[in-house]
Amino acid sequence: MTDTAPPPGTAAPSPPDAAASNAALRAFLHGLPGVDEVGVQARAADLATRSIKTTAKARAIDLAIRMVDLTTLEGADTPGKVRALCAKAVRPDPADRSVPSVAAVCVYPDLARTAADALAGSGVAVASVATAFPSGRAPLEAKLADTRRAVADGAAEIDMVIDRGAFLAGDYRAVHDQITAVKEACGPAHLKVILETGELATYDNVRRASWLAIHAGADFIKTSTGKVSPAATLPVTLIMLEAVRDHHAATGRRVGVKPAGGIRTTKDALRNLVLVNEVAGPGWLDPAHFRLGASSLLNDLLMQRTRLSTGSYPGPDYYTLD
Amino acid sequence: MEYAPAPESRAVVSLRTSYELFIDGEFTPAKSGEELTTVNPADEEPLARVAVAGAADIDRAVAAARRAYEGAWGRMSGAERGKYLFRIARIIQERSRELAVLESLDNGKPIKETRDVDLPLVAAHFFYHAGWADKLSHAGLGPAPRPLGVAAQVIPWNFPLLMLAWKIAPALATGNTVVLKPAETTPLTALAFAGICQEADLPPGVVNIVTGAGDTGRALVAHPGTDKVAFTGSTEVGREIARAVAGTGKRLTLELGGKGANIVYDDAALDQAVEGIVSGIFFNQGHVCCAGSRLLVQESVADELLPRLRARIERLRLGDPLDKNTDIGAINSAAQLDRIRELARAGADEGAESWSPACRLPERGYWFPPTVLTGVTQAHRVAREEIFGPVLSVLTFRTPEEAVAKANNTPYGLSAGVWTEKGSRMLWTAERLRAGVVWSNTFNKFDPASPFGGYKESGYGREGGRHGLEAYLVHAA
Repeated sequence: MTDTAPPPGTAAPSPPDAAASNAALRAFLHGLPGVDEVGVQARAADLATRSIKTTAKARAIDLAIRMVDLTTLEGADTPGKVRALCAKAVRPDPADRSVPSVAAVCVYPDLARTAADALAGSGVAVASVATAFPSGRAPLEAKLADTRRAVADGAAEIDMVIDRGAFLAGDYRAVHDQITAVKEACGPAHLKVILETGELATYDNVRRASWLAIHAGADFIKTSTGKVSPAATLPVTLIMLEAVRDHHAATGRRVGVKPAGGIRTTKDALRNLVLVNEVAGPGWLDPAHFRLGASSLLNDLLMQRTRLSTGSYPGPDYYTLD
Repeated sequence: MEYAPAPESRAVVSLRTSYELFIDGEFTPAKSGEELTTVNPADEEPLARVAVAGAADIDRAVAAARRAYEGAWGRMSGAERGKYLFRIARIIQERSRELAVLESLDNGKPIKETRDVDLPLVAAHFFYHAGWADKLSHAGLGPAPRPLGVAAQVIPWNFPLLMLAWKIAPALATGNTVVLKPAETTPLTALAFAGICQEADLPPGVVNIVTGAGDTGRALVAHPGTDKVAFTGSTEVGREIARAVAGTGKRLTLELGGKGANIVYDDAALDQAVEGIVSGIFFNQGHVCCAGSRLLVQESVADELLPRLRARIERLRLGDPLDKNTDIGAINSAAQLDRIRELARAGADEGAESWSPACRLPERGYWFPPTVLTGVTQAHRVAREEIFGPVLSVLTFRTPEEAVAKANNTPYGLSAGVWTEKGSRMLWTAERLRAGVVWSNTFNKFDPASPFGGYKESGYGREGGRHGLEAYLVHAA
């Protein structure tokens, strides 16, 4: 299959001065084509009926493992738990060395150093949720300090939350400028912008927030913190994939997408990969451009992988808890 | 990401080598002694031989239907009739996987459509009409409407089992008996349905299935022993039937061709409009009388919409109808393939630009790639004639008035679609469109409660809903 995104110049272009004022940003974001709720849900439901079997399933499971951001974001996290998770990230199945490592381990900023030490030299990145995760309700200076500290402690990827209050109030410029500032504070680290789509209420808002984050410099757009329900749904991921596809067609820059929260089973993961394949295109079927934010997904992927190769399900006790 | 083959199993279907007619509750050889062979359009392999009903067989079938009408079925209460219909509906649900596979084999349409669209709708039509059987006095058709008698029903090959359900369910619910002729290229699910009638203990003669081609249909339609003719198919054959029935006093309903307009305004939700355009013309390989075969797109968004549409079409998967990931299956017959090719060529000859995705067609079977013709004008044949295949003609417009004028500028009037985020524009447009169905921000959605039928050369009468009952009832004197 070829990458068949619309040719450049056909998707909604971004006026160079779109961020010049809040009015200009509003005009741009509200000028995007609307999203028909029934239609997008029907499309997602239709793609969810794709039947991924045998060799395709085996390849997809390994790809999904390589796309996992193995995550622990609990108030009760300890250095010990993070080190255990890092070990699992590098070698998900101690009994089977053919299992690839995951993409990253995602932790709170105060544990970034622990994770970085544990993952040193493994090729697995440290991702850290900064900017007053998960509410984002802190002064910008605090958010920037949070970000700088996480990067200094070894985080190669920063997952920031947008200010949903400002977004819902129509203060797009404030959201844009915060993202820009955090991007700058990231330095060489990649920035994943969490839209918290469950709080954005409408699909139109999901599309607008996606474009807003992309224009402000996001390397990835991410659905959710995992702390709000609903988290990553297929229609929401579909809309975000359309946004990065259209932006790529207009500018050539490929922004990544990360659904996070509520993705627990291999079936969930495969449905996400089908969306990527058929909405954005195979160009996004790579950990550099698509991630799955999950904590419990990995074990199910490992169990399905074993079942494919041996024909029988191993019990859950054959896999580590963390 | 390539998808490995995910074929549905053929093992759920037990095909016989030959099938007889279903008359008076039994399978019976055709007096004509003739047979036809039905093939799998996806690979041209013969599936089964099927009896061809001649005049004598039609006589027998109509007589059996008359006996059933004047006997057990005619005397039965609506509540009792309803029980039979509910039973049929449940058996269809129980056997839906088998019926879906059989339909895909005989018709060439993808299993995901037979499984997810055809069969659920078939069952829904029987359930819906079962509910009406004891409530006909509340249908707004008089206090005690009566059935017409024996209905002669002729159905097409595009939705073989669904069209059977559209015809048989309301006829039985209203107390009529039927003689139904399925299309010659797709008789197998109708014959499976005959078996379901037996399984449901339906009284003999209430449903009779006579297989055959045009001659069989002509004999059935012209038979003096029937009270009602219901036909779905081409406008050309519909005209012939109207002539044959004229002056006989028989009631007639016709569901004929279409050249539906799908209007996309510049404020539409474009990605969803693209989905609607795709389902409007490529659903069931475009073998849909209400297909949105004319895309009318507002000029100001044409350059944004068309590349999105082409990118989307590139992703359609064409091939083995039994593969669960197939989006586009086979053309039903060699004859239909020839007609599609001829018309698509006419479009190119008249100056339209033809585009198809880079998809490989299987070597055997009847296949036509999804095709988009741009630069089409109202004067082109491809904007006027029904192609009945996966070929979309694209026209543009500048104002809502122009969109409506172009949409209505057709001898047909079956369906239309309107795509806009603005409610007032939607309503303004819908009330001006001369079409039996107008879909708003969607396309090709069906429901047994929603009446379906055409204006102008798309036929007359309605099927489904309360309106559909009227076609099988007379007001009490």
